[in-house]
Amino acid sequence: MAFIELRHVEKFFGSHQAIKGIDLSIERGEFVVFVGPSGCGKSTLLRMIAGLESIDRGSLWLDGKDITALPSSKRDVAMVFQSYALYPHMDVFGNMSFALKLAQAPVSIIQEKVARAAKILGLEPYLKRTPRELSGGQRQRVAIGRAIVRAPKVFLFDEPLSNLDAALRGQTRVEIAKLHRELGATTIYVTHDQVEAMTLADRVVVLRDGRIEQVGSPLELYDRPANQFVAQFIGTPQMNMVPVDQLQGVGNLPVSHGGFVGVRPEKLALRDAGSGQVQARVELIEPLGAETLIYVSTERGTPLVARQNERTALHAGDRVGVDLDVTALHLFDATGQRVAA
Amino acid sequence: MSDRPYKWTAGLAMRTAGAWFVTLLVFFPLFWLGLTAFKTELQAIAVPPLIVFAPTLENFTAVQERSDYLLYAQNSLVTSLASTLLGLAIAAPAAYSMAFFRTRRTRDILMWMLSTKMMPAVGALVPIYVIAQVTGLLDSRIALTVVFALSNLPIMVWMLYSQFRDIPNEILEAARMDGASVWDEFRQVLLPLSIGSLASTGLLCLVLSWNEAFWSLNLTAAKAGTLAALIASYSSPEGLFWAKLSAASVMAIAPIVVFGWFSQKQLVQGLTFGAVK
Repeated sequence: MAFIELRHVEKFFGSHQAIKGIDLSIERGEFVVFVGPSGCGKSTLLRMIAGLESIDRGSLWLDGKDITALPSSKRDVAMVFQSYALYPHMDVFGNMSFALKLAQAPVSIIQEKVARAAKILGLEPYLKRTPRELSGGQRQRVAIGRAIVRAPKVFLFDEPLSNLDAALRGQTRVEIAKLHRELGATTIYVTHDQVEAMTLADRVVVLRDGRIEQVGSPLELYDRPANQFVAQFIGTPQMNMVPVDQLQGVGNLPVSHGGFVGVRPEKLALRDAGSGQVQARVELIEPLGAETLIYVSTERGTPLVARQNERTALHAGDRVGVDLDVTALHLFDATGQRVAA
Repeated sequence: MSDRPYKWTAGLAMRTAGAWFVTLLVFFPLFWLGLTAFKTELQAIAVPPLIVFAPTLENFTAVQERSDYLLYAQNSLVTSLASTLLGLAIAAPAAYSMAFFRTRRTRDILMWMLSTKMMPAVGALVPIYVIAQVTGLLDSRIALTVVFALSNLPIMVWMLYSQFRDIPNEILEAARMDGASVWDEFRQVLLPLSIGSLASTGLLCLVLSWNEAFWSLNLTAAKAGTLAALIASYSSPEGLFWAKLSAASVMAIAPIVVFGWFSQKQLVQGLTFGAVK
């Protein structure tokens, strides 16, 4: 039996079914990321594991015990909220020690655990400050510290970096990854940001509309997406999707009419007009410094985006030829499911 | 707020004059009340009315001699404080459950509670009088305490509900995740965060209970009458003794006016549901 098991878990809000029968196993020490578009149910699923939402059907098992009906205070899981949810009337020490005080731990143990967590997170100078006196990044670290101090069986993160600016987000992401390596704790992390998913996860669970679309390691999802949705959700910019009917003569494509051929932006090469497999017109150039994104539109009106590491001399309006790397094509049938090449 | 001097326009002048007029209109009865309390009965009914006169304290001593002011004051204090505490003890958990465990019916329940305030109190006089009589609680502080608390409850629940809704639910969820029981959540997280709301709600209830006259007059006699009953007792078959009536009124309202003056910031905050910071 896995460390955490969700067995056909379902959730209803009135007549609307938010979670539609989810089966998932998570091993001890794993870092699993739930990712998906807004409204897919990833936060709801996390809250069901936390005990903040009830499980209407199915069961949840943690370390061999059925915790489906257990209240959140008794589940031995700790959650880091998107808005930090620090106690405004307590200082940092008070916030981090609250759970231990409720458990009536001896004062010396409380001091020791809080000091250790504060050292790991660099919070020692701030222990006497209240949340109002801290920056966003510091508050986030206090929220993480509050979870660490409890040494729970599972850490739950609900979009913890959403409220931080880009620079701080990158920095904190690295800190979270380091923390996971040091503590080895089982972690479930919810995000809509696939960069966080790709960089932090041992495994990624892609959700859509209350169902699991695919579970796998980040690179498995990137290299072998199970369907069109996962293919276009993972990877920035999105994978290019071309109707198979527009690619006659480009290799032997075992995809029937109505299907799609997917190709990552870095697998598109731009040639001079007249050469290449498909002719197109440049719509927009986005020079990002380290790489350049070139948006083109084919003669049949299909938008494509190419990524290259060099700067470009092209301009909007230029005509180009596009080559697709036939060894790196992803084939999807008319229902959006992957077809083996 | 700008430190520049006002630029006087006709509109600003009219608004200022209007505000002063309304203020004086509201304040004038209290001013005249205070003035009359220090006149003799003859001075009180003089025509034209006297503004300059030799003040006297004879009315205040007469009020204390005629009726036990301290007993009435004590009854007012005890029933106001006790009804406030009782009201908060009921309203706070009710507001907590409605604010943090909302259902489709929550709004309906709140509207229904508020609708009971639209009924004139006299509509409930007979049943409440009978209940007080049957339970032997006529002319008792307990009856007044319970009636004051229950009649102010809708307003208290509404005020606390509105103010609890400003507290992010996630903070209570974080407490739950940290192992807090419902009581821990309430006592260690919600109460410290809402102490201002509780204070302003309690203050308002205190003022409303202190000023309450209808139930005090109908449910009490000699033992449990409040200051409202004291004032009413000066309306006698012989006519109105204006000076003594004014003195009794001043003695009845002075404590709550002074109290209200010092706590006006919290009162305003409570009444405006924190909308004006």
